[in-house]
Amino acid sequence: MANHQHAAPAPVGGSLVNIVTLSCGVLIALMAAILMVRFLFGLGAVTALNDGYPWGIWIAVDVVIGSAFACGGFSVAMLVYIFNKGEYHPLVRPALLASLFGYTLAGAGVMFDLGRWWNVWNMFWPGSINPNSVMFEVAVCISLYIVVMWIEFSPVVMEQFGKRDMKKKVSKAMFFIIALGTVLPMMHQSSLGTLLVVMGGQVHPLWQTPALPLLYLLSAIFMGYAVVLFESCLTSTAYRRKIETQMLTPMAKIMLGILAVFIVVRLGDVIVRGALPKAFVPSVEALMFWLEMACFIAPLILIGAEANRRNPAKLFLAGVLLMLGGALMRLSGFLIGYETGGDFNYFPTLAEVLVTAGMFAAEVLGYIIITRRFPVLPREEAIH
Amino acid sequence: MGTRRDFLKGVLASGAAATAGAVAVPAAARETRSRPPEALGLLYDGTLCVGCKACVAACKEANNNPAEFSTVDHLWDTPLDTSGYTFNLIKMYRNGTMDAKDQETNGYAFMKTSCMHCADPSCVSACPVSAMTKDPETGVVGYNPDKCIGCRYCVAACPFGIPKYQYDSPTGRIGKCELCRHRHKDGHYSACAEVCPTGATLFGRTEDLLAEAKRRIAMKPGELNRFPRGRLRPAQEKMLQGQPDGKGERKRKGWRHEPDQSYETPAGKYLQHVYGEKEYGGTQVLKLSGVNFEKLGMPNLPPDAAAAMSETIQHNLYGNLIMPFAVLGAMTWVAKRNVKPEDESSDKEGS
Ligand code: SF4
Ligand code: SF4
Ligand code: SF4
Repeated sequence: MANHQHAAPAPVGGSLVNIVTLSCGVLIALMAAILMVRFLFGLGAVTALNDGYPWGIWIAVDVVIGSAFACGGFSVAMLVYIFNKGEYHPLVRPALLASLFGYTLAGAGVMFDLGRWWNVWNMFWPGSINPNSVMFEVAVCISLYIVVMWIEFSPVVMEQFGKRDMKKKVSKAMFFIIALGTVLPMMHQSSLGTLLVVMGGQVHPLWQTPALPLLYLLSAIFMGYAVVLFESCLTSTAYRRKIETQMLTPMAKIMLGILAVFIVVRLGDVIVRGALPKAFVPSVEALMFWLEMACFIAPLILIGAEANRRNPAKLFLAGVLLMLGGALMRLSGFLIGYETGGDFNYFPTLAEVLVTAGMFAAEVLGYIIITRRFPVLPREEAIH
Repeated sequence: MGTRRDFLKGVLASGAAATAGAVAVPAAARETRSRPPEALGLLYDGTLCVGCKACVAACKEANNNPAEFSTVDHLWDTPLDTSGYTFNLIKMYRNGTMDAKDQETNGYAFMKTSCMHCADPSCVSACPVSAMTKDPETGVVGYNPDKCIGCRYCVAACPFGIPKYQYDSPTGRIGKCELCRHRHKDGHYSACAEVCPTGATLFGRTEDLLAEAKRRIAMKPGELNRFPRGRLRPAQEKMLQGQPDGKGERKRKGWRHEPDQSYETPAGKYLQHVYGEKEYGGTQVLKLSGVNFEKLGMPNLPPDAAAAMSETIQHNLYGNLIMPFAVLGAMTWVAKRNVKPEDESSDKEGS
């Protein structure tokens, strides 16, 4: 591994007060105010939730899509530690950090949505748990994974505060933590798809299939790489650093490989179950299906050729498209393609959107603070 | 060095682990469950129902639920749908000139909306904290607010849209029919059946109710027949025998004595379909109607429950955690070989 000459990670430095961090601060304050109303007066006071759509964007976007966006840490860790691709090592810390925030906030977001949050301890109480429940499995795996990620990230904090002995100790057990950190997300990312199975015919046939766990797992992995592409391009631009194409180009190839397998499974499943004709009836669902497919297929064309994979703009676009495709598949399964009968409608309120925005702002703010003050990104002369 | 070889080893190890896991847990499908033999339930006969809504009022009272208004004057309890505060509702189907009852075109019909007490309930399978449970003996699907975390997965999962959440409260609960299980210990049965003047809602053991339903659909329309009211007698007799095993107070005590309330009336024109006999593996509340069930808001469901499919997937992947541990083992083995050099090198770089 020593043949890979990587610059050691170092804090980026620079001011923490700028237009981005200030906007994040405002969004977070708005979120806090809305949440206060929610906890004082109930979910109905701020959300458009109803019994036909008991889950809104706080679940579908913040948790289901948000946690898939947070799969960068897991996808890159797999590459580096399981498949021993040491050349990607500099990507590990930034990806892990983004995942850490994504998941921690998704976990917090669930609490905002729980109608009887003070009973949440039952989720871990042996006398209460229901191992048959898909949600039980998802909740336990996500909670554990959050802890595991904080341990994975702890050496960064210890490095910063000069706790070298402590870091050595943690490092000894790190291989196990890393292994756990790959298995847990595999388990719950697939189960996030299985969540829909019990809803039966209420979920549109284009998104209701026993293949859901496989589809959600595969898409979470390539979305993880897509997010890394997205983040690397964005951080490089924002901090005016060199774009790490020498790593991103081969990683994009791996991403496309998984994407190809996914597309075969996705289309094959729809055809085998005989649901394909549903994609040709004029309906919102059919439109959503083709939009989703377009987002999955376009990257194959866009960066299918090696030369195009060296173009940062194209890599960035491909990353964004795949994030969007995966997000659409989840949104359609959980909201757009969900129909419980009766005349229920759901469209998120401004308050719901602001809370979701506040969550993403908290992620961005956290990422900025930590990369500027802790050794996460590879050392480089930043131009400030 | 040898990155490619290590890469292959990684692939092989995790692949082998996944296969081992898949083999260790045979792909056993969890069959759709059927009703317990002593299952209790209701038989709702839309052809007998006159839409008086006495059952709706009685349900409110039995469950201590507030009135819900949909008219400007707020004079009567007028819920438009079941909700966190309305567990039972009679809905009306109307078409065209509404000339005759139980007629699809130019007619009208009634349908009861309340929990079906499924043999294999989606809500129970979905609930992460066992706040929704199915009584192993009576099959009644009950709710425990002291465990419920308010995730509303049960709301999303139920094919009949039955569990409802109280969105207007910071401490909202799930509301749904529990077959008046809290009244059973005093010898009372479901309030809706107790008050129904026509016997359109009838209480009893589902097995007996199913037999009664089959008796009815075999009747010649218009022919004078005898219809029970309140609860079915066989249930009473069984209960009054008292069980020596002393399990459950209700069983020993039985239902309160009640005179025979049956009466004679001409039979309606039934569809040859007992709704709930086979849907999703069967339900404990059964329904009869003269008008197509889907038109009355009862979904067309397959004989296999979604809960069975969900749990089959869940247990094949995670049963006894065999697969996760196999994969974890492989990952740990691979990671142990790959992680160490990184840390040493980063330590060196750090010093
Ligand atoms: S009490 Fe009986 S007749 Fe009256 S609405 Fe209810 S089911 Fe129908
Ligand atoms: S009808 Fe719905 S709430 Fe009632 S038991 Fe079945 S799944 Fe549960
Ligand atoms: S809302 Fe309550 S009863 Fe329903 S699934 Fe969640 S915890 Fe269970």
